[in-house]
Amino acid sequence: MTAPDDRTPARPGRRHLLRAGTLGAGALGIGAAGVGLGRSFGDPAASAEESTQDAPPYGAPTVPFHGVHQAGIETPAPASATLLALDLREDVDRDGVLRMLRLLTDDAARLTRGEPALADTEPELASEPASLTITAGFGPGLMSRAERPAPDWLAPLPAFGIDELEEQWSGGDLLLQVAADDPLTVSHAARMLLKDARAFTTLRWGQTGFRRSPGVVRPGSTLRNLFGQLDGTANPAPGSEHFAKVVWIEDGPFAGGTSMVVRRIRMDLDGWDEADRGARDAATGTRQDDGAPLSGGDESTPPDFEKVSANGFPVIGEFSHMRRARGVDDGEHQEIYRRPYNYEHAPAPGSGLLSEAGQVFVSFQADPLTQFLPIQRRLDELDLLNQWTTPIGSAVFAIPPGCAEGEFLGQSVLE
Amino acid sequence: MSQHSLSQRSFLPSAGRPTRRAALAAALLLPLAACSSDPSDGSEAGGGASDGGGTSAEGLTLVDPWVKAAEEGMTSAFGTLTNATGRALQLIAASTPSAGMVELHETMGDGSGGMSMQEKEGGFPVPDGGELVLEPGGDHLMLMDLSAPLRPGDEVELTLQCEDGTELVVTATVKDFAGAQEHYEPEGSSGSGASDGGGEHDGHDADGHGDHGGHSADEPAEGSDAEDGAE
Repeated sequence: MTAPDDRTPARPGRRHLLRAGTLGAGALGIGAAGVGLGRSFGDPAASAEESTQDAPPYGAPTVPFHGVHQAGIETPAPASATLLALDLREDVDRDGVLRMLRLLTDDAARLTRGEPALADTEPELASEPASLTITAGFGPGLMSRAERPAPDWLAPLPAFGIDELEEQWSGGDLLLQVAADDPLTVSHAARMLLKDARAFTTLRWGQTGFRRSPGVVRPGSTLRNLFGQLDGTANPAPGSEHFAKVVWIEDGPFAGGTSMVVRRIRMDLDGWDEADRGARDAATGTRQDDGAPLSGGDESTPPDFEKVSANGFPVIGEFSHMRRARGVDDGEHQEIYRRPYNYEHAPAPGSGLLSEAGQVFVSFQADPLTQFLPIQRRLDELDLLNQWTTPIGSAVFAIPPGCAEGEFLGQSVLE
Repeated sequence: MSQHSLSQRSFLPSAGRPTRRAALAAALLLPLAACSSDPSDGSEAGGGASDGGGTSAEGLTLVDPWVKAAEEGMTSAFGTLTNATGRALQLIAASTPSAGMVELHETMGDGSGGMSMQEKEGGFPVPDGGELVLEPGGDHLMLMDLSAPLRPGDEVELTLQCEDGTELVVTATVKDFAGAQEHYEPEGSSGSGASDGGGEHDGHDADGHGDHGGHSADEPAEGSDAEDGAE
């Protein structure tokens, strides 16, 4: 499994400021700081009734919904997420798609401000936005129903040898990523969106995931996955030019958008228990405790792939996840931005398992065919970590750019 | 918990807290809300009701207007009417191109734990500086004899008329909504099959409320689904 990054430095980069500018500068900066520093306050305009003294430090912050890019990609990944994949009902035509997106956009704009949706039957559950973001993505089915050409890369990924895909976790016409620093906020927002999508869609799959609760780890810390590994060290830094190059589409109708790959990766924690620390570190090429490459240093030290042991073998093994993911021995290098969530559910009764666990792998990249796919092909060919990981779901979505006030999500793409 | 308690007061964002925020939301999201102040209308209906003498709708706003989706028959419209006109108003009528007739309704307990609604004689007062909350389980506009299905995401133009001639035209969003299933018993109705106590929602589709407009028939439990969540 490719590893994600997570806590990104809480400095609002040029792009953040640029984006925030559409709504009032500083709004996103505050939201980001709220996550990063854990002691900030919500957008004052959206919480006018609450004195900043009393504002709950994690419940009050908001992340602007409107902007050049959709929120929920470059913004810090909050603690709790629900991903929903919806299929359009057969009788929904282009007009229906547009009506649905207007409704969902209005819901998202209100809920992310900490306001109830229109006709919200539980307005009380909307009052703590907790850095809520709602991100929409389109599958090929939606583009065709809306009678607009899909990007050529918008299609299921090719089958990989390691895959054991289950239909229940794959595909979808419309993707909604709902994420916040509080699971109750996420639950309410997701249900509200589903209620407004119900006339147009059926639920294909839903996946929930978690990261660290707010305030638990130092800002900027890399996520640990359920194997105990630091997962995401190599991610481009949000707010950087580098990030923009890796993630945002430059030209065409989807300019300002990106592609989203969602893979459900089952992790065999019971099997992982059998691997001792040395075997674990060899599988990734990094040390489990501090994430440093086996060639030495700390988490931020660039790995030395040339370094060999006394026996003449590479210290970072040719079968290791990091070496394979980076294409070191293939003379190529691609990058993606990983923003995954851990999942864990009760195992089926009688299964004998202790847990049903894994990662809702989420990556964003401008072009999945030239960025994600080569990485995944190499890992499919050889990656020691594959012993303990199994992809059981897969989907690709086109993420339209953000929208301005008065527009609906995807408007620039669909009109 | 009973699902009969439909009279939650803070249904709309603005209902419980008519704040700056609500006004801001209305300003941002409902740019279509328009005011109509035709002096000729005013001269007809204005009369002595308006101590301000004018009939301008300026200052009269319907915040977050919405209509429950319906395939046919009748449905309801909601929103919070805020009056900053400087004069007391009496909402006496409403109309829309989407329905043959619109009535102003109030909702009452039906004595058996359910709610039923009836036309409000004389309309609703909207005090100066106050508001009229139109919400499921409470006062609302009843749209009858729909001219076409109102599908989720559609927009409906509503015209509200006050006794002094003040007229407000707004655009309401049609929403898929499981609630607002109060029973309607028009005058003269014997309440035959339509009067089932109001507590059991699954009998209500037949009475023309057109619940679940726009849905395929393959989700039979949608309405009860939503209500179960409140228990």
